[in-house]
Amino acid sequence: MSHPDNSAHGPMGHEFESFFPESGGVDYSDTETSIDETTYDEMRQLAARYPNGRSALLPMLHLLQSVDGRISPKGIEACAEVLGITTAQVAGVATFYTMYKRRPAGRHHVGVCTTALCAVMGGDYLLQQVEEKLGIHEGETTPDGEFSLERLECNAACDFAPVMMVNWEFMDNMTPEKADQLLDDLASGQEVHATRGATITSWREAERVLAGFPDGRADEGPTAGEASLLGLEIARSRGWKAPDIPPPVTADEPQDGAK
Amino acid sequence: MTDVLTPVLSANWGDERAWKIANYERRGGYRALRKALAQPAADVLGTVKDSGLRGRGGAGFPTGMKWSFVPKDNPNPKYLVVNADESEPGTCKDMPLLMASPHTLVEGVIISSYAIGCRYAFIYVRGEVLHVIRRLQQAVREAYSAGYIGKNILGSGYDLEVVVHAGAGAYICGEETALLDSLEGRRGQPRLRPPFPAVAGLYACPTVINNVESISSVPAIIDHGAAWFQSMGTEKSKGFTIYSLSGHVVRPGQFEAPLGVTLRELLELAGGVRNGHRLKFWTPGGSSTPILTGDDLDLPLDYEGMAGAGTMLGTKALQIFDETVSVVRTTLRWVEFYKHESCGKCTPCREGSWWLVQLLKKFEAGEAVEGDVDKLLDICTSIGGRSFCALADGAVACVTSAVKHFREEFEQGYGTPAWELFPYEKSALFTPRTPPAEYPERDSNPGDGAAEPVHEGGLA
Repeated sequence: MSHPDNSAHGPMGHEFESFFPESGGVDYSDTETSIDETTYDEMRQLAARYPNGRSALLPMLHLLQSVDGRISPKGIEACAEVLGITTAQVAGVATFYTMYKRRPAGRHHVGVCTTALCAVMGGDYLLQQVEEKLGIHEGETTPDGEFSLERLECNAACDFAPVMMVNWEFMDNMTPEKADQLLDDLASGQEVHATRGATITSWREAERVLAGFPDGRADEGPTAGEASLLGLEIARSRGWKAPDIPPPVTADEPQDGAK
Repeated sequence: MTDVLTPVLSANWGDERAWKIANYERRGGYRALRKALAQPAADVLGTVKDSGLRGRGGAGFPTGMKWSFVPKDNPNPKYLVVNADESEPGTCKDMPLLMASPHTLVEGVIISSYAIGCRYAFIYVRGEVLHVIRRLQQAVREAYSAGYIGKNILGSGYDLEVVVHAGAGAYICGEETALLDSLEGRRGQPRLRPPFPAVAGLYACPTVINNVESISSVPAIIDHGAAWFQSMGTEKSKGFTIYSLSGHVVRPGQFEAPLGVTLRELLELAGGVRNGHRLKFWTPGGSSTPILTGDDLDLPLDYEGMAGAGTMLGTKALQIFDETVSVVRTTLRWVEFYKHESCGKCTPCREGSWWLVQLLKKFEAGEAVEGDVDKLLDICTSIGGRSFCALADGAVACVTSAVKHFREEFEQGYGTPAWELFPYEKSALFTPRTPPAEYPERDSNPGDGAAEPVHEGGLA
């Protein structure tokens, strides 16, 4: 993408181009899309879940990313059509949220947290390493479309720092070796499991779940990570508990449900 | 005297498949719902009010009082919105709760909705947590199948719909009015108050917005009673809460304890600061709460104790940094976060966070000049308290508190780069292969795009 030529700004308003290419408009010359009638049906289903259909705009945009691999111009028009709002209103929302990508993300979308705590604990080094290994900067996609990379802000897993994400699944307690292995496994198509989550699928499949169409993987993965259980385990070993809580029963011993 | 740790919300996190409804029910789950539905709604609200439960999302506002602000004579529908947009740096309590035991929240949502007379509830979860969202979606479906959500719940005549709604990557949507705009399908930008959401919130209707942990505490309060809840905690900070220890400790993790526990006690349980190192500074409740130091280890971690120390309990996200860490570098990263997450609505925040980052980068690079510390503080006075929401205040608080405790370290930035004073590899948990080439710039910053070449293939 090139910078708009500011000298081209003429006296007429219609010649104005955004001075900020990355925050600006939508490239309507891009007409490629996979949106079909099924997509429209699903968008209408989403709208019907809310008292006011426009509330479904964020889920719809997630859905469109799963269909088109990005927020396509056609997708913006489809949202506007289904919700009866303008394309400018849709584009205004699509450009506000960082999870919406206007150019195709990779099959796997990799994130490295570099907010303060993860950064000092090694996140900065991990980001550098992943950039070098993938040969792209954060915010970019590899030419083969396999990986895109994002520098993340805090992903609510600080007790597992440094943290990486793949298709919005947790990759906890990362090291340079684990990061290499992760990228190698993803690239070679091996089955990869999130530390606290399911088998890694793809960014597009993840986006479909975020839109509100489950993929049946909720029962995969552990109940909690080691750090999440630390306090509970210490309390158990020392006999600490809240006052008057009945002693726990094991999960496979049914109790009457009453006290 | 209660025990040091009191697992209630986290009590079932170690169970096999704790997220399944059958396993939750075996633990006594949904017993509180039956109790609640057998009482008038006003009594349920009364119990929550009497318990002294205060908001666990940062502000600490009494939950029952918030509920009682919903006008009874307003003819519009009433809504409950759960704020599960957990994004405050350091905060990591709601996500493990929702992953392990989503039914704790779902049961809380149903009871709370009943108490305030709402028929439509929303759980707004940040989008970047796929597996948490899967478990939550499934829990809501299971609760529908069990007859806990839907029409005529357990024969009570009470109807409720619950929608799990994924956000799309915006810290600001954790601010309650921005969250409402986002849930209405708009850009997440805060609203001017009044009117407060209790009067005119979602779709301009009366709306209650509570944090995940606040709503999740409701079933236990209804089940065991207000007096039981009050038996834990301190005089004005009642009950149990989840503290999250992260950073340079031997064993980071989640600790559920009565309010008022001290960092000294929690640090001991976490095995202390990592071997061979000592505490330098810490946040009591996320990056928006002013930092504290080793002098503050014995302060009670409750609302009053933290306010008395000039900071806030916030989200109880205790981020521990040892002596290898540059406070300048850390502050820069936090402010960079606020700059990235500023929604752009209010000029002091949008422009001010930008200015702070530029200046802090000079401190980090050792290129600040005499007087720049005062300039930094001066900019802060032009930002704090001058915006619609508290994001700007958070951005300023981490700067002013860092300067208050470590002014000389900022002054060393008049010539010496932070990475020379505090070699960055010493803070990392592993031996890095190569040092980062430079401060990682963000391609998606619109202003940078105007000044620098943009990489081909950028995403955002």
